[in-house]
Amino acid sequence: MSNEVIMEIVDVHKCFGPTKALAGVNFTLHQGEIHALCGENGAGKSTLMKVIDGLHQPDSGNIHIKGKKVVINGALEAQKLGIGFVHQEIVLCPDVSVAENINMALTNQSKKWFVNYSEMNKRAKESLKDIAPHINPSARLDSLSISEQQLVEIAKALSLDCDVLILDEPTAALTEAESQALFNIMQALKAKGISIIYISHRMAEVFEQCDRVTVLRDGIWVCTDRIKDTSPDNVVKSMVGRDVGHLYPEKLQEDFANLDVMLEVANLSDGDRFNDIQFKLHQGEIFGVSGLIGAGRSEMVKAICGLHAKTSGEISFKGQPASIKHYSDSINQGIVYLSEDRKEDGVFLDVSIARNISVLKLEQVCNNMKCIDPAAERKQAQKLTDQLKLKSAGMDKPVSSLSGGNQQKVALAKMLSVNPSIIIMDEPTRGIDVGAKVEIHQLIRKLANEGVGVIVISSELPEVVGLCDRVMVMHEGEQQGTLTGDEITEQNIIHLASGLGQKTESVSGTSKKTIIKTKGLEVA
Amino acid sequence: MNHSGTNHSMNVLETAPELSPKRQWLGSFKNMREATLILIIAAIFVTMSFASEYFLTWPNMKAMMLSFATEGIVVVGMTVLIIVGGIDLSVGAVMCLAMVIAGKLFLLGMNPWLASVVSIGSCSFLGYLTGLTVTRIGLHTFIATLALMGIARGLSMIITQGTPLSLFSLPPEFKFIGQGSVFGVPFVIIVFFVVIIISDYMLRNASAFRKVFYTGSNEKAAEYSGINTNRVKLGAIILCSTLAGFAGILYMSKFGAATPNFGVGLELNIIAAAVIGGASLKGGEGSVLGAILGIALLSIVSSSLILLNISVYWQDLIKGMILLMAVSIDQILHNRRSSR
Ligand SMILES: Nc1ncnc2c1ncn2[C@@H]1O[C@H](COP(=O)(O)OP(=O)(O)OP(=O)(O)O)[C@@H](O)[C@H]1O
Ligand SMILES: [Mg+2]
Repeated sequence: MSNEVIMEIVDVHKCFGPTKALAGVNFTLHQGEIHALCGENGAGKSTLMKVIDGLHQPDSGNIHIKGKKVVINGALEAQKLGIGFVHQEIVLCPDVSVAENINMALTNQSKKWFVNYSEMNKRAKESLKDIAPHINPSARLDSLSISEQQLVEIAKALSLDCDVLILDEPTAALTEAESQALFNIMQALKAKGISIIYISHRMAEVFEQCDRVTVLRDGIWVCTDRIKDTSPDNVVKSMVGRDVGHLYPEKLQEDFANLDVMLEVANLSDGDRFNDIQFKLHQGEIFGVSGLIGAGRSEMVKAICGLHAKTSGEISFKGQPASIKHYSDSINQGIVYLSEDRKEDGVFLDVSIARNISVLKLEQVCNNMKCIDPAAERKQAQKLTDQLKLKSAGMDKPVSSLSGGNQQKVALAKMLSVNPSIIIMDEPTRGIDVGAKVEIHQLIRKLANEGVGVIVISSELPEVVGLCDRVMVMHEGEQQGTLTGDEITEQNIIHLASGLGQKTESVSGTSKKTIIKTKGLEVA
Repeated sequence: MNHSGTNHSMNVLETAPELSPKRQWLGSFKNMREATLILIIAAIFVTMSFASEYFLTWPNMKAMMLSFATEGIVVVGMTVLIIVGGIDLSVGAVMCLAMVIAGKLFLLGMNPWLASVVSIGSCSFLGYLTGLTVTRIGLHTFIATLALMGIARGLSMIITQGTPLSLFSLPPEFKFIGQGSVFGVPFVIIVFFVVIIISDYMLRNASAFRKVFYTGSNEKAAEYSGINTNRVKLGAIILCSTLAGFAGILYMSKFGAATPNFGVGLELNIIAAAVIGGASLKGGEGSVLGAILGIALLSIVSSSLILLNISVYWQDLIKGMILLMAVSIDQILHNRRSSR
């Protein structure tokens, strides 16, 4: 790492109405460094990156690139200055092929009249080679899972020769193995002298991959340190302004077998993504469903609540056969599902926060004429979002004005609005900052203690291990086994998730090497 | 969840200064999409009242309102359908079909009231069938209603064999709904006000209509919130056809005739009105009040042009420009508002 400054940001301010997203941020980026940017949800990280990419104009302050003061008007100019940007929210065209998405910038600048598709596919294949060789460049983008789309987004940024690469929470939607592939690429780029700005809420990644870290809090620059000279606790403390315990809440003490069965699933198949699933969910337990992305976890739980067609399966709720034909039946019985794809189907971006939260059961905010009482609606939203410490400029503001993590909190508040008896959470803490994550974990445990049955799907293994009382692991649609108590370890989960057979007692002896081997399998 | 002394949410948000109720009201007026239209209409009123002394008279006001009252009822249905993310090209033809069916049944000896009910029912049923091609087969409303437009127009032609049905023998009670007045106010205008006041209130407040907004804003998220979006879309399409049928009956009573080429091109006027009134063709946005102001604007402009002795040949051109201007002004204001 040289100490040559490639980009310098001086005292940048940016307001959105009454919200001060950036209030005097200084930031220097050296050549060939990986610079982490940390901060709570809504601290202004994405906004700062959008200022660098020319998507927002700063109200005041300067940007210098290679010593020259620049004004960046739009992403094209940023591209010309050598800035590549992987957005937090996937911004790709769903209706066209992967190759067309990756080559969008090139096609855009090309002077030719016709598009050479075979060459385009070849170039796309090249860009995908390192990060996601399994993705077919001619597949339609919307046929891919979110994690694959995220990989395409990364490949797209990599296909442009850039000097500065911005990665805004790239790993939030990736599996461990995919993340590892990304880290390898990052290190290779760094060796080539490319500078990377890396945004993540995961301290482990920041401390393993980065050289320096800058912390923002409420739009204000707090500190910039070399990773060597600081510690995760320090960074978190600067982010939040206080100490955060990172302990997971205490697990269930009772034997789950003594608890009432809330939900019983037997013989559940959809003829495609998952096959013959069976499990019981007890009242008050947190039941994890783990597996690699694409293992059929989301489809399986969606089939339970009527959001995915099933070909067979008996589902009984509190001992009674549950007839769920449509998701609305499921909501009425008190089974709700928190979607993994917030932007696509989790929230209404253009609709106000209050209206997003009330949607599951409008009757709750209606008068007896079936008309909505806006005051009650706002009050409901206020109460639930206070509980989740949402950072917003008011309940009437559209969800699109919130930071990514705060949008996730709105999606959560929406689930809680119906006082569910079973809550199925698909990636509940995706994009949520360290402090809020601890709070959400505590909230989930509190819900369980109050007698709610909780199913959690998470690709973050530490979260599964730390939070869940039991974990069912799936591999390519098949149930591989269920882990309880001390059996719940990252190794055991990885072992089952990669389809290496039933859990064995000798896993404790699994060496580091075999884990890496299984991770290799995940990529393939 | 523990709240134990965590005051980490620092003052990102400045507390908004307390507004007096009046300021608040003004503020919400400024933010209303309809405000632009009200101002434009007011400006035309002021200008026109200087340009022509006839303009601000009751007969002229009555004539202007009559000219858009019936279509205004159809605009309500169109607005709902546009909010849900669809569009209906068939309303003109369906209005015509409604009057033709009712007229024909009446001439065949059916009681005119019953004939009207049957005819409106047939329009709803056609809407239902069209809706099924949208929700079951997955056609876009543009295509499905384009087909319905042809079918409804064709049926009218077949039923009438291309010649207008003259319905002079309609009983006076029936003619009253299209031609009569109560205390000097035409009955059609009363019906119009009842329909729009109820529907504006419902669209803003009723939970059933809220689902229309959710569906139009993000269909997938609506589906993932337990809303049966197909049912919502189907309902909106049926509503639109039913209101078109109802308007057709009003016209029949007003004209005392049923002409098979009535309402050609009317759908464009109605769509334009809804869009001028702030309905977004992307879905998720729109209001009855706005749409009514939209259609009011269009007809105030045409009657002003007549009063100003401007040749009718200019009317379409000027209306087209008004559409462009109103929508652009609104869009510019809207962009500025949301980018700040
Ligand atoms: N387009 C916008 N309009 C209004 N407010 C906005 C807009 N974009 C961001 N904000 C506000 O600016 C603040 C900073 O948001 P930003 O997206 O930069 O946060 P972040 O640090 O990236 O958070 P996260 O970790 O949740 O992604 C937030 O309070 C957010 O509500
Ligand atoms: Mg962000």
